[in-house]
Amino acid sequence: MKNLFSRTLQITIVFLVVAGILALALGGFFGPVSNAVTRSLVGAQTWFSSRFVALQYLLTSSRDVAAMREQNIRLQAEVAELQAQVIQLQQQAAEREILAALVDFSRTHSEDTFLAAEVIGKDPSPFLHYVIINRGSNDGVRKGMPVVTNQGLVGRVTAVIADAARVQLITDPASNVNVRLQNAKTESSLVGSLTGDLTLELVQQNVAIERGDLVLTSGLGGGYPPDLIVGQVVNVRARESDLFQQASIQPVVDFNRLQIVLVVVDFTPVDISPLIPAP
Amino acid sequence: MRNLVAIPIIILTVILQSAIVSRLPLLAGSADLSLVVLAAWALQDGVETAWHWALAFGLLVGFVSALPFFVPVAGYLFIALLARGLQARVWQIPLLAMLSVCLIGTAFFHMISLGALKILGAPLEISNALGWITLPSMLLNSLLAIPVFTMVRDLARWVYLPLESE
Repeated sequence: MKNLFSRTLQITIVFLVVAGILALALGGFFGPVSNAVTRSLVGAQTWFSSRFVALQYLLTSSRDVAAMREQNIRLQAEVAELQAQVIQLQQQAAEREILAALVDFSRTHSEDTFLAAEVIGKDPSPFLHYVIINRGSNDGVRKGMPVVTNQGLVGRVTAVIADAARVQLITDPASNVNVRLQNAKTESSLVGSLTGDLTLELVQQNVAIERGDLVLTSGLGGGYPPDLIVGQVVNVRARESDLFQQASIQPVVDFNRLQIVLVVVDFTPVDISPLIPAP
Repeated sequence: MRNLVAIPIIILTVILQSAIVSRLPLLAGSADLSLVVLAAWALQDGVETAWHWALAFGLLVGFVSALPFFVPVAGYLFIALLARGLQARVWQIPLLAMLSVCLIGTAFFHMISLGALKILGAPLEISNALGWITLPSMLLNSLLAIPVFTMVRDLARWVYLPLESE
């Protein structure tokens, strides 16, 4: 009986204490204590949370970096592939431009028959200005045939095998082309040089040569067909003590960028060497 | 049997020379890859096929080029001779020997080219040829000498060392 009374008293006291605390708390008397406890809890929560987020970021971000690296490699490969395509397309566009110009040229010169050929090499000797083309006797190319581009005269075929031919450029030191000046109505000789410069020689002193005059093949000698554009006069050297005057010629063809050329296959060169008296 | 590797290498060298190297001029000169490869091959220890290489290079370049046929043949045989001579004497410093062969070989090759073309009637000026072609070509060949020598040395080791160890 005594134990039961004591227990009931204990419960009542605990209830009253709890009720009192609740009443004080609800009445706002525990504000500072509550705030302090809350702040500590929030601080602890914040600490744990921030560490967790940091850890999570670390774990997940490493996966992102790997994924990004993978993506980067894939994109770089894609960019490289696209760049290769762009270069290929640019090359095709350039070739198409050249071919269109050549077709246009062959249409305007419908009296001649042309065969397109690609330049595949250059003479190994730096003393000689020759190129190698990928058309030969199988395609109807013969020794002596003139070679042109849409811009003008390139040279002539000097050696032929089945599927290739060697072309002597007009800039070769041993090259000699009979030409005429369009405005001056005079004929002379155009020679090449080691450095690739073209010089007009054997022009009589009384002929007026002007800068910008067009130089065309004359057809004399039978080596080249007439009226092919060769170049323009850029500089005249006339001295009274000399028998003839000379002129530097700027070729219309860019010999450093020769890619595709046209062989004039219906032109038969005339060999006049038997008619030239031996010295 | 491994000596047969010379055939594709010589052909490839001449193709590279004609298709690429000759199109990369310095002034009016250009490097001679065939000359440099031949010099490097002839300077390697234990190589006994330098003369064969010289003849093959000479014939092939003579076929591709408009130079008179005997010029590349004589030129490359001289380079093999020079390289073998120097290899016997300056074997301790192969790179020095390589540079010497390239410089002297280029000068000799250009000299006989020039002589032959002048005899055939090409109007060439020696001073122009020297300043615009020979000196730039010597420089380009010297630049190619060391990398080509290294590659050819590896090739020579591949061709000869296994046979010696057997």
